[in-house]
Amino acid sequence: MIEVKNLKKGFGDKVIINGVNAVMHDGKCNLIIGSSGSGKTVLMKCLIGLFKPEEGEIFYNGKEFTHMSDEDRKEIRKEIGMLFQGSALFDSLNVERNVMFPLDMFTDWSYRKKRKRVDEVLDRVNLEKANKKFPAEISGGMKKRVGIARAIVLNPKYLFCDEPNSGLDPQTSLVIDKLIQELTIEYNITTVVNTHDMNSVMEVGDNIIYMHQGNKEWEGNNKEIIFSKNEKLNEFIFASEFLKDAKDMRMLEASGKIDNDRDMNELINGPDLKPC
Amino acid sequence: MIMKLFHEIGKFLLLIRGMFTTPENWKVYWKEFIHQCSDIGIGSLGIVAIISFFIGAVSAVQTAYQLVSPLIPKASIAQIVRDTVILEFAPTLVCIVLAGVVGSKIASELGNMRVSEQIDALEIMGINTKAYLVLPKIVAALLVIPMLVVIATGLGILGGRIAGVGSGILSAEEFDKGLKQNFVPYNVFFALSKAYTFSFIISSVPAYFGFYVEGGALEIGRSSTRSVVVSCVLILFADYILSALLL
Repeated sequence: MIEVKNLKKGFGDKVIINGVNAVMHDGKCNLIIGSSGSGKTVLMKCLIGLFKPEEGEIFYNGKEFTHMSDEDRKEIRKEIGMLFQGSALFDSLNVERNVMFPLDMFTDWSYRKKRKRVDEVLDRVNLEKANKKFPAEISGGMKKRVGIARAIVLNPKYLFCDEPNSGLDPQTSLVIDKLIQELTIEYNITTVVNTHDMNSVMEVGDNIIYMHQGNKEWEGNNKEIIFSKNEKLNEFIFASEFLKDAKDMRMLEASGKIDNDRDMNELINGPDLKPC
Repeated sequence: MIMKLFHEIGKFLLLIRGMFTTPENWKVYWKEFIHQCSDIGIGSLGIVAIISFFIGAVSAVQTAYQLVSPLIPKASIAQIVRDTVILEFAPTLVCIVLAGVVGSKIASELGNMRVSEQIDALEIMGINTKAYLVLPKIVAALLVIPMLVVIATGLGILGGRIAGVGSGILSAEEFDKGLKQNFVPYNVFFALSKAYTFSFIISSVPAYFGFYVEGGALEIGRSSTRSVVVSCVLILFADYILSALLL
């Protein structure tokens, strides 16, 4: 579990994170959502220690992280896996070597044992025949999967994903979302996903934190978000007319005002008008 | 302006200080060191060989052109070629070329790693990125560049001999005689002192510029250019200081 207490971070005079309190639960996909510039990336970078917050504390399973010595912090970092927005694979290493890198660095396993573990995690992310390919030779979706494989190869306790769906088509995005969700449950990882993709929110949002101008504006799950009365959140998630209509339909469905497929169809397509 | 300079120097010193920690895994660091040795050494051998050979050849021809007095023995040409190659051409000129070849490579490699979040990825794994990415480059440069300078010295003198003999300026015997005349071993020490100093500049300055890049492709290009310019200026400055101190 990760606990964030009164976290504040700014750059110069500009306040980016303004006293955020949050809890990231074990075995769940904790989503940080918000529009661009809302502070979600800075919040995530504070969580993993790439930015030092001005105020506040972060606890990893009760251990205070922000004021830890570099050596102690290293120990926590060994339990963290991260999937970056651009995957951040090492260009000079092939897929197998990329995934093997944390094992090379932090274990004294034999090559055969490392290779076996790499094959296991690549199988797990459905990448069986890409071992010898270089990052430049694989697609965006494959890169993300290699990134996930590298992140989980050391069995981390915490998995951070920064915009895992950026640059991916909806179908591949869904595959990545499902994979992250399955791995979270399978390994009982505390997963933190930074996203503004509404499909992800609805698919994997066990615990959702909505950020707006550096503040935590709302917290809930993917069942509750659709019925939220928070205006700022509604403006964010129902930005398009299509999504507003979808929300209206859900509301009507929930209130029992529509009860069959024909009514639903009419709401979507309008009344069934026959040509004259 | 001056405050900015101090800020940059301070940041550079912190980068250097940050490199000295116990490696997470000696084997991986050793591999990276060998990889850098090959990259810097073997990768630059071709250009170093071509440049030093022709510099030697040109200096032989130009020295002969300027020594018009019949009172000066022709063997002096070899002596002048030898000393200029050892004292200046091999260490300084080769290192200026290496600042362009190796320096821009180091800056753009680290800059690209920074921009594409590869350095962040290493940090999150708990790796000291300064130690893992910068230290092997500097140590490899300190080992390999002086070797390149030694090779450049040999090839420069060989180039001078081939050009001098080939163009009929002097005979092979005269050149070899001149080569042995008044040889001062201290000059080799001086050349190697320069080579070590320049190696540090060539590797650490571009590493600093690349490591702290912010932005995108444009900034990587800019930092690469800046690193080469600053390295060249520092090499010339250090060249003067070392000459004033050691000669």
